[in-house]
Amino acid sequence: MPDGGNVAYYYDGSFDGMLCCVFESYAAKEIPDEILPPEALQATFLPAKAIVTDKMKAERVRKSIPEKMGAQAYDFIRHAFLTNIDGKEYRLLLFIRLGFKHGPKVMRMISEDAVYTLLKAVRHLNNESHLLKGFIRFSAFHGALVAEIEPKNIVLPLLAKHFRERFPGERFIIFDRTNDMALIYEPYRHRIIPASGVELPEPDEAEQKIRELWKLFYNTIEVEGRYNPKCRMSHMPKHYWKYMTEFETPGKPSPCRAGTLKNPSGLSLPAASEDNSEDNF
Amino acid sequence: MDIFDKLKILTDAAKFDVACTSSGVDKSASPGGIGNAAACGICHSFAADGRCISLLKVLMTNVCVFDCKYCVNRRSNDTRRAMFTPRELAELTIQFYRRNYIEGLFLSSGVIKNPDYTCEQMTEALRILREDYGFSGYIHAKAIPGADPALISRLGFLADRMSVNIELPSQNSLELLAPDKSKHSILKPMGYIKNRISENSADLVRYRHAPRFAPAGQSTQMIIGATPETDFHILNLSENLYKKYGLKRVFFSAYIPVAENTLLPARDTKPPLLREHRLYQADWLLRFYGFSAGELLDEQHQNFDPVMDPKCNWALNHLELFPMEINRASYEELLRVPGIGVRSAKRIVRARRDGSLDFTVLKRLGVVLKRAQYFIVCGGRAAQGLRISHDSVLRSLLSERELNLYNFNRYPESEPEQLSLFGNSLNAQEELQKCLTGEM
Repeated sequence: MPDGGNVAYYYDGSFDGMLCCVFESYAAKEIPDEILPPEALQATFLPAKAIVTDKMKAERVRKSIPEKMGAQAYDFIRHAFLTNIDGKEYRLLLFIRLGFKHGPKVMRMISEDAVYTLLKAVRHLNNESHLLKGFIRFSAFHGALVAEIEPKNIVLPLLAKHFRERFPGERFIIFDRTNDMALIYEPYRHRIIPASGVELPEPDEAEQKIRELWKLFYNTIEVEGRYNPKCRMSHMPKHYWKYMTEFETPGKPSPCRAGTLKNPSGLSLPAASEDNSEDNF
Repeated sequence: MDIFDKLKILTDAAKFDVACTSSGVDKSASPGGIGNAAACGICHSFAADGRCISLLKVLMTNVCVFDCKYCVNRRSNDTRRAMFTPRELAELTIQFYRRNYIEGLFLSSGVIKNPDYTCEQMTEALRILREDYGFSGYIHAKAIPGADPALISRLGFLADRMSVNIELPSQNSLELLAPDKSKHSILKPMGYIKNRISENSADLVRYRHAPRFAPAGQSTQMIIGATPETDFHILNLSENLYKKYGLKRVFFSAYIPVAENTLLPARDTKPPLLREHRLYQADWLLRFYGFSAGELLDEQHQNFDPVMDPKCNWALNHLELFPMEINRASYEELLRVPGIGVRSAKRIVRARRDGSLDFTVLKRLGVVLKRAQYFIVCGGRAAQGLRISHDSVLRSLLSERELNLYNFNRYPESEPEQLSLFGNSLNAQEELQKCLTGEM
């Protein structure tokens, strides 16, 4: 394995960009000490190298991954890229290098720190997206459904398929407040777009009534003799509560942000966008 | 009466039903419809009692012609009564479902007029959901004992899961507390549903688009602690139900006093939650770990030790099988080690193909070493620095709560104190020590 070249890579934050870092690492026969996304402009003591995203290079790496280490590993890498762990790009580079060396077996090499850390991170991502499939709460505004989440990882690509299959005939938007992204769906296509600072309107009367009914149900279904808040908390950690209807305090519909979304049903996909029927992320 | 009142009354009356699972079937919305289901099940919320909420769990009506002593909806109970119209209920379900509050509907009912009429009302609500709204989400329906088989069959084609509550664990208790129900009237629909499910699976092989009868199977539940049956009896009963009726789940519900009756435990009795928990642990051992009821309990030991979980208890009584060599033990053997579950056992089997495993790797595979370390060796070696003392073993195998319970049982008057290897507790609980200390 080539020696650490005491160098840091900067890349554009895209998946292709990350693949180009892998390419560069092989081309220059070096392993950078850090791979930094563009927003990390803090001074690093290392000499920095800006890696330009080149579609051709990215494509070469992208193609060779499933060939050398299996489709499962490629899938794993795509997922790992959506996680929020520190230095995920650097760990991914180590993982991919291991994969080129050992083949599909890399997925089971958990005694390697890089593999184990990524494995844990992907597990966290999958858990979070699974929980959110249940904990997301939509509100109906002008016939469209709108939800907000504040996930720790980038979960929207993982949620798209589930909610498409659940509400094929609806129009819906899920705002990701952590990553300033939104999943927009209208029959039968979806897109993930950057979105920030959109405020939701006040619920109308019909919407408010359903919310009240739900809160009534939530409070009634509890069996008092079994009160066990600790158990609830371990199944449903508190940070999920923020956007859940049953925990909304009366009078203050939802915690607020800047900007306004006047008519969500007016928000529509660009005409040119093609049908993303694949789980394309 | 407005919808708020109805929802309140009919939720309150349904909350003692345990099942709220939405698992066992995978499907997506039909064209123009709404709703899908995931085989793993999805929890949408958790109530303050820590129970999962995944379905809108309500009764069609809490009017009931029966007078089961343990039930809040019994005829003789003076309580407010209400009834949903089928359309009202369907509409509410869809509104909740669209907002992702729920995974589907759990519909049960008191018996109004007669079982057939009740069943027809429930069927109508489900029909509206399935046909008018094109709803493909999860539906769990209770079969009403005594209803015509043709009606139950119709219900089964609309629902994903069916259940018939066995209510109490023995014929005697049923006679005593539920005079209108009998073992026969409960087991008959259960057997009928089982037959329909197996017929249907044969049909599905022949015709791919045959309508599906209760594709997520059937389940049941029984009340624990209202009557004198032992854990041994209950566990054997559930094992038989799994075998004979092919049930997906048997649920247990700790009895919460809802009525004053000389036949029932006193009103201030605390629900036996720990006992219920132990039964569930044993239930898991039956379903996923290859244990049989006879291995966990026997005529001499009719009840579970409240202090220790059934698997640990089993392991302590079978020390001759341990320590187990992780690199050689079969999957079935691995499953029997405390601290190793289904997932970690599978991971171990896969991981050791690439080379022998050590304790660090085991930890990364998800094995709970704190417990497992006493029962396993890797490459012939025990965990490094493993100290087998009475105190450390107790602390590792019991949770804090169990440890307190253990101390309390041993020295009811004294304050809990540090246990010592040489203290008088040494000959107290033989099994624990035997286990833990081996030849000491």
